[in-house]
Amino acid sequence: MTSRIEVTEKILSSNDELALINRKYLDDANVFGVNIMASPGAGKTTFIIKTLESLGGRLKFGVIEGDLASSIDSDKAKAAGIPAVQINTGGECHLDAVMLDGAIKSLDLSMLDLLIVENVGNLVCPINFKIGTHMNILVASIPEGDDKPYKYPGAYRGVEVLIISKIDLLPYVPFNMEYFKKGVEVLNPGLITFVLSAKTGEGMNLWADWLVDKVNAWRERN
Amino acid sequence: MHELAVSESILKIALENAEKAHASSIKSINLEIGQLASLVDESINFYWDIISEGTIAQGAVLTINRISVEMRCFDCGKVFIPDGESFECPDCSSIRVQVIRGDEMRVESIDVE
Repeated sequence: MTSRIEVTEKILSSNDELALINRKYLDDANVFGVNIMASPGAGKTTFIIKTLESLGGRLKFGVIEGDLASSIDSDKAKAAGIPAVQINTGGECHLDAVMLDGAIKSLDLSMLDLLIVENVGNLVCPINFKIGTHMNILVASIPEGDDKPYKYPGAYRGVEVLIISKIDLLPYVPFNMEYFKKGVEVLNPGLITFVLSAKTGEGMNLWADWLVDKVNAWRERN
Repeated sequence: MHELAVSESILKIALENAEKAHASSIKSINLEIGQLASLVDESINFYWDIISEGTIAQGAVLTINRISVEMRCFDCGKVFIPDGESFECPDCSSIRVQVIRGDEMRVESIDVE
């Protein structure tokens, strides 16, 4: 005889639970965790390395690089003097809490104020998988086009900060900033946004100053 | 794209609950998935057949109840189902709106023997 068992459980609840454990681990070390998401080629790694320069030693940070394969990104970060750990997902389209759990333990958090996690380049999957960081950031680069908020609404809805990057390319590619921002506003009203170019440095200081204040305020409260 | 991880989590939840109830087989799994959840039914079913093989959930039917998107306007309080691509409030045209339904990814119940 068939009988029904009521479950009412979130499908990703075990990932969410482990994400909370990761969060606690960061809290205990007083390290603010940031999850950076973007499509492939948006310039996440360059943005992170240039952030180091703009911070000018005001925050000590480490990175965890997520990619399907290779250590190209963590090698770049290490070459810039940033403690870095590479996660190769081996085909998975996102980082999850289990992967982060392994990676954070190989960094010496007592040396850090901030942990930046560079998620797998993808505008769909990472947003569904909490990893335990305190803040989600989306990097949207100008050459991707101004229609991305309309095409990938989930990515824009699930973040606390938006970085509009590669603005040095605005003269060369069709990109209607007003149309783009209207799409974002509908999905995430009042979203904190920085408009910058990691290449020329334009806008980087404003972002770095904001980040220093954010991390320091959090660490004092934590 | 992440349907494999989702299918694995569904299987884990179903097996845990079936075991607690000392069930010998799982006949169906009833899911609630919001339209905004970025999941493709066919893809979940594809992975399901592979990963459930050899478990008491083998052959179980996944019943997917798709929850449509519902929004609330911050400015006038209107609750509405968005029309196509636009999330604008149909009453006051505000774009300060909030998703109140349509994000779900839940196992609601399982039918077992």
